[in-house]
Amino acid sequence: MLGLRRDKKDEEDGFSLNPFNNLEKTSVLQEARTFNETPINPRKCCHILTKVLYLINQGEHIATTEATETFFAMTKLFQSQDVTLRRMVYLTIKEMADLAEDVIIVTSSLTKDMTGKEDMYRAAAIRALCRITDSTMLQSIERYMKQAIVDRNPSVSSAALTSSLHLMRSSGDVVKRWVNEAAEAASSDNIMVQYHAIGVLYHIKKTDRLGVSKLVSKFTKQSLRSPYAYCLLIRIATKLLEEESEGRDSPLFDFIETCLRHKSELVIYEAAHAIVNMPNTSARELAPAISVLQLFCSSPKPTLRFAAVRTLNKVAMKHPAAVAACNLDLENLITDVNRSIATLAITTLLKTGSESSVDRLMKQISTFMSEISDEFKIVVVQAIRSLCLKFPRKHGVLMNFLASMLRDENSSNSSQGGFDYKRAIVDSLIGIIEENPDAKEAGLAHLCEFIEDCEHTVLATRILHLLGREGPRTPSPSKYIRFIYNRVILENSAVRAAAVSALAKFGAHCEELMPSVVVLLSRSLLDTDDEVRDRATFYLNVLKQGNKALNSAYILNGLNVSVVGLERALHSYTLEPSETQFDMKSVPLATQPLAEQKTAEVTPAAKAPDKVAATRQDIYAEQLAAIPEFQGLGPLFKSSAAVQLTESETEYVVRCIKHTFTNHIVFQFDCTNTLNDQILENVTVQMEPTEGFEVLSYVPAASLPYGQPGITYTCVALPEDDPTSVIGTFSNTLKFLVKDCDPNTGEPDEEGYEDEYVLEDVEVTISDHIQKVLKPNFAASWDEVGEDYQMEDTYALSTVKTLEDAVKNIVDHMGMQPCERSDKVPADKSAHTLFLAGVYRGGHDVLVRARLAVDDGVTMQITVRSTDETAAEVISASVG
Amino acid sequence: MGGWFSSLFSSLFGQREMRILILGLDGAGKTTILYRLQVGEVVTTIPTIGFNVETVTYKNLKFQVWDLGGQTSIRPYWRCYYSNTDAIIYVVDSCDKDRMGISKSELVAMLEEEELKKAILLVFANKQDMEGALTPTEVANQLGLAAIKDRKWQIFKTSAIKGEGLEEAMEWLVEALKGAK
Repeated sequence: MLGLRRDKKDEEDGFSLNPFNNLEKTSVLQEARTFNETPINPRKCCHILTKVLYLINQGEHIATTEATETFFAMTKLFQSQDVTLRRMVYLTIKEMADLAEDVIIVTSSLTKDMTGKEDMYRAAAIRALCRITDSTMLQSIERYMKQAIVDRNPSVSSAALTSSLHLMRSSGDVVKRWVNEAAEAASSDNIMVQYHAIGVLYHIKKTDRLGVSKLVSKFTKQSLRSPYAYCLLIRIATKLLEEESEGRDSPLFDFIETCLRHKSELVIYEAAHAIVNMPNTSARELAPAISVLQLFCSSPKPTLRFAAVRTLNKVAMKHPAAVAACNLDLENLITDVNRSIATLAITTLLKTGSESSVDRLMKQISTFMSEISDEFKIVVVQAIRSLCLKFPRKHGVLMNFLASMLRDENSSNSSQGGFDYKRAIVDSLIGIIEENPDAKEAGLAHLCEFIEDCEHTVLATRILHLLGREGPRTPSPSKYIRFIYNRVILENSAVRAAAVSALAKFGAHCEELMPSVVVLLSRSLLDTDDEVRDRATFYLNVLKQGNKALNSAYILNGLNVSVVGLERALHSYTLEPSETQFDMKSVPLATQPLAEQKTAEVTPAAKAPDKVAATRQDIYAEQLAAIPEFQGLGPLFKSSAAVQLTESETEYVVRCIKHTFTNHIVFQFDCTNTLNDQILENVTVQMEPTEGFEVLSYVPAASLPYGQPGITYTCVALPEDDPTSVIGTFSNTLKFLVKDCDPNTGEPDEEGYEDEYVLEDVEVTISDHIQKVLKPNFAASWDEVGEDYQMEDTYALSTVKTLEDAVKNIVDHMGMQPCERSDKVPADKSAHTLFLAGVYRGGHDVLVRARLAVDDGVTMQITVRSTDETAAEVISASVG
Repeated sequence: MGGWFSSLFSSLFGQREMRILILGLDGAGKTTILYRLQVGEVVTTIPTIGFNVETVTYKNLKFQVWDLGGQTSIRPYWRCYYSNTDAIIYVVDSCDKDRMGISKSELVAMLEEEELKKAILLVFANKQDMEGALTPTEVANQLGLAAIKDRKWQIFKTSAIKGEGLEEAMEWLVEALKGAK
């Protein structure tokens, strides 16, 4: 009867394959009341639990009261001895552990199951129990956990070990006491138990470096049964090697290398992967690992081929020569039936191959481009991009290929999810345009074509911004207008706004286009969107002034302030109403993360900290503002990078950060006490300034216990009588009161004594007074600032021999932002012009044009323009 | 004729498991009683966090016995398990004179629950093997059992450790449940 009804319902549903498709939360929870009935019908209850689990996993929100009610009803199911039902109950407990309250109610029942005779229950009961147990309750089940870890049944032991790993997060201290049991489990015959046990041991000792290296050396000496355990040990050993930065003669490296000859492929691969990814490996160390991967390339197992080629692909850029040894094997993989393997093989070859093979490989790859997934298409795109940097002359072929990829994707329009792929292509095209001036026009043309049919707002606005920046400076700017104006007619408001901005830039830069742009912009005055209308109105009015300085300030070169800083400044302005107008100069400038990336391009690892640097200054500004002594100093102008004033292994480690304000410099000293038997109190850094500077105040760090960094500040006034003397050297002494203390308890003695510690000198250089600012259109800014305060001088740079070195030295010395990519010296040129832009302390624009010519030594004619006389003087003086 | 009728009756009665709750303050001996009834042995126990549920067979009758933890923090959850209860075994530590008052108020509060109106009450004056244990009469007085009018109840002197008194109590329970049918 029941079955019949169900059939009928299925028919009504129209063959929906998922029986849970139309579940409703309220009715399922209603059904869950069945759990309270006796006797229990295990089949029915299992079905209901499945529904509950389905709902939870679909993301259905179940309120705490509902969940708790259902949970308690479910606990009644413990009376049934049905094995399937009990295991469903375990699953539900785990899923509901965070939804329902008072889930500890099942503790006793689970404890009984985990220690009971029914093996089917034990492992699952452990997992469920650990899920509902918090650190306060853990004590009461500790005994059972210890027993379970050393249980003879491998599934029980593994469950206890993996649960311990999870518990480590919340109750590490308790789990640490299970170290003996875990060590016993590590000698188990079962491969999984051994693996999990070593995992737990590692996590117990994770913070104790000596303990970890003991652990590794212990297990590398005895031979383990479990290949998984080997893989884990390889990873731990690799991490240790990285941290210790020990040489390759370390026993850890030997261990990894011997793993290359292990009988399990898993272990061999792990070892090879570890070796090729280590920093600074020599060719000799690399060779065995690469040859193992090479062997894998011809394995009959697709997974091994894939793993090998993927790893080779990743390291191809770092070790092209080593990977090139596998070229023959990689060539064979181009025709592999597995397209993922073929793609990786080709892109690896592209990275390692010579310029002459590019055309052939590109042809090969285009035959199956349509058959591979987006993820691998991105791999191809990235390979092409790096190829373009390597062989700039090939940009034609490569860019055409990228463009046709874009076009195919657009016309097929099959996948909605192609965004990442398209973004990769657009990123690559933009990257190529920026790196290679020869490719600019062709690249812009491709991008113009792309935005004619682009459904991704983000990409369209990016391209429009690029067109606005680069288009006006091409030989025939007018041809871009049509593409941009089409956007104003056809697209959504965000794209329209970006298009309006781009148009305005053409008008501002090219006089002959101005009248047409004014006509086009005036059509947007009645746009339905506020932002578009506002932009059009604003630009139109600026353009109609016909004033070059205005154009430069408000159209071509945007705001350079930090957005966070601007928000904070405006907020405090609105809080304290005053007669004076809001001063834009009081807003801290945006630090230029972009600039640092360009100079640090050699090492990709250096990029990560630079990204943080973008917001670093905002954080400092907030910290400093919180100190009453520094309240009257005005807005923070610039924070320097940290400079170490001690060796890293001394008793006290001190680093200094210079914060420049309008008329003051605040030195921030981050101090760390590395002696565990001392507590330092009242810590200051005494500064002996050079002439003119005056130390105003010290903000001491009250207490500096072992290992906890503390901060002390010293505030220095800049010389008032001579505004041009801004550079100086400060000698520093750390002064403090020492109290000896017990290393274990940290309890200090009553009495202390004064002591001091000499630190290295701190230099204040010109770059501390200048903030980098990117002027996208340098020429316009140059005219905008004008000749009022201009200084010009000629120097012979005798110590540098090449233009590259000269450019690098100047940029480092001035601490200003190179514009117009002028920090890149084209090859084979004997003269070069470097453009630098910055803002001097106090908010005055400073521009520098350095004309360089190489002839025996390097000769430099430097022209400084500024909106402020002092600034121009200071900077031009600093060169001499 | 009568014999035929009674055998049918008992088989019907035997089909349904009777549901029994064992309640009482912490450390009264509930879990020990549960396993004494189930396996006839004394097992080592730890404080029950939550509950234990076991099927106990006595004279071919099946009882589903729920032993709920007695700690203060767990007592509020007792009520989640009240529905469809046929009998309550309320266990009292006869030596714990200080907490008789708390035991009484928990008992009174429980008996007021609507869901337990029809349940039979057995009070076990447990730990009679210990020196200085109150007699069942004294326990009954302290708990104010005399005031219970609308319910079938009985008090037993038990020692879960020695297994004394449990037999009689189960005997009485079986008869009482038969009578209730």
